[in-house]
Amino acid sequence: MKALCWQGVNKLSVEQVPDPELRNDQDVIVRLIAGTTCGSDLHLIGGYIPAMRSGDVIGHEFLGEVVETGSAVRRHKVGDRVVVASFVGCGRCWYCANDLWSLCDNTNTNPGIAQAMFGYESGGIFGYSHAMGGLRGSHAEYVRVPFADYGAFHVPEAVDDTSAMFVSDSVPTGWMGADLGGVKPGDVVAVWGCGAVGQMAARAAILLGAERVISIDRIPERLAMTEQHIGAETIDYTATDVAAELRERTGGRGPDVCIEAVGMEAHSDGPMHLYDQAKQQLRLQTDRPTAVRQAIHACRKGGTVFVLGVFAGAVDKFPLGAVINKGLTVRGAQQHGQRYIPMILERMAKGELSTAHLATHTVPLDEAPRAYDMFKHKTDGCVRAVIRPGT
Amino acid sequence: MKRARQVLLASAVLGAGAAVARKRLPRSTAEPRETAARWLTVTINRAPTDVMPGDTLPPPLDGLADRLEARVRPAPGDRGTELAVRLKDAPQAAATSLPARLAGQDPRQEVRAALREAKSLLETGEVMRPDTPPTTRETPGGKLIGMLARRSSGEGVL
Repeated sequence: MKALCWQGVNKLSVEQVPDPELRNDQDVIVRLIAGTTCGSDLHLIGGYIPAMRSGDVIGHEFLGEVVETGSAVRRHKVGDRVVVASFVGCGRCWYCANDLWSLCDNTNTNPGIAQAMFGYESGGIFGYSHAMGGLRGSHAEYVRVPFADYGAFHVPEAVDDTSAMFVSDSVPTGWMGADLGGVKPGDVVAVWGCGAVGQMAARAAILLGAERVISIDRIPERLAMTEQHIGAETIDYTATDVAAELRERTGGRGPDVCIEAVGMEAHSDGPMHLYDQAKQQLRLQTDRPTAVRQAIHACRKGGTVFVLGVFAGAVDKFPLGAVINKGLTVRGAQQHGQRYIPMILERMAKGELSTAHLATHTVPLDEAPRAYDMFKHKTDGCVRAVIRPGT
Repeated sequence: MKRARQVLLASAVLGAGAAVARKRLPRSTAEPRETAARWLTVTINRAPTDVMPGDTLPPPLDGLADRLEARVRPAPGDRGTELAVRLKDAPQAAATSLPARLAGQDPRQEVRAALREAKSLLETGEVMRPDTPPTTRETPGGKLIGMLARRSSGEGVL
């Protein structure tokens, strides 16, 4: 079959690779209908995530059709249209049982690498390095889905393919930021980043009752999209002082909940960006925490900062003093998708949540490297490129 | 620039390898004995009676039973059961050295892997296996990561 493979830093190509096989009785094989580029893939592609091998298939946000089932699969049959959570959860360890699915104890088959990096390993994720389990990614014609009874979800008829595909990762990730960030009615919420995850975090905050939601980015079409489709206010950080603007809009208090949806390659227009970039390139820090710092400084006293963006290692100039002296709660997580996906699909079927606008471009699998280039450089108004292997 | 980034990536990989090695290397002459005698432990989201019915170790640990000491107790806060095992005969320092670990010849690696598998079997009924056949090519960096991944699958802090 064809698959999009990582060949080295900033090098992708579509290759012929062997078809995936059922490896466990609880696996299914899914034929891809659609997958999408994700900002966290850019960290892999750029060489910022360790333990990638030449030939690794990337991609983790997808929708497909079940074409083969293992003997112990109970909830799926051949022909089912399913959206699959990007993290694999076994469903029965203590973490899965407590809805902390990305922390699953039983799905990272290379635990020692992540344990050396983080102390304990996370669960496995599709197409996201051998530190995260080494599973094949979804930008392919077929993908194996382990523990499918827990990680693959039937898509209601009322939800179209493209809309449902984002329920694999962007929507539950964004929802988790608002939910675990503790957004409640009356809150003012600030969201850094107007990519798909940031937009979904903003929408979730609105649906959870936030009084005002303010999203921050620099890309004009993303800011416009967030206002039009999400219903949030926006700030262009290249045009104003974000902290001052947030103080002004919040009666001098600062936002109650700050959600960072940017990640380890954050951009800013200040001197700190050059400083962070130089240190990252020299591997004196692995990640650029620009938006995290800004969120911590901007957050009201006693507020919450939720880090949704992907970080892999160590950062410099982390404002721990602000965390302590303002009494902040700082929290982060990879997405616990299985916790939210059924509820999200119901809301989408009822029209409360829409994602179709995120899909600014659609390409066949053969053009996936071009799609990632466009996505990385944010050219042609690209927010998300949808990759359809069957076209 | 590309070349520089490749060098940086290789450095990062080597750094990660060094971190693993550092974590595994004894820091003092007293430490190997202490490390070798330490209990290896997992918490299993099942009741103690499911974990060691009739005081019998669960598979695949049962295959190592004559070489192991074991203890089991309820985990606090309804977190299941803590299962701890260690080798009756603590291995010599050479057997737990970095070369032995990289060669997969440290006897505790087998115990760690069996503990993880026992946990997974008890909780899910199976042990998740890596994808196959591989899609990767054998580059020098890839071989290093492959070796780390192979060792990693049998390792863990537990």
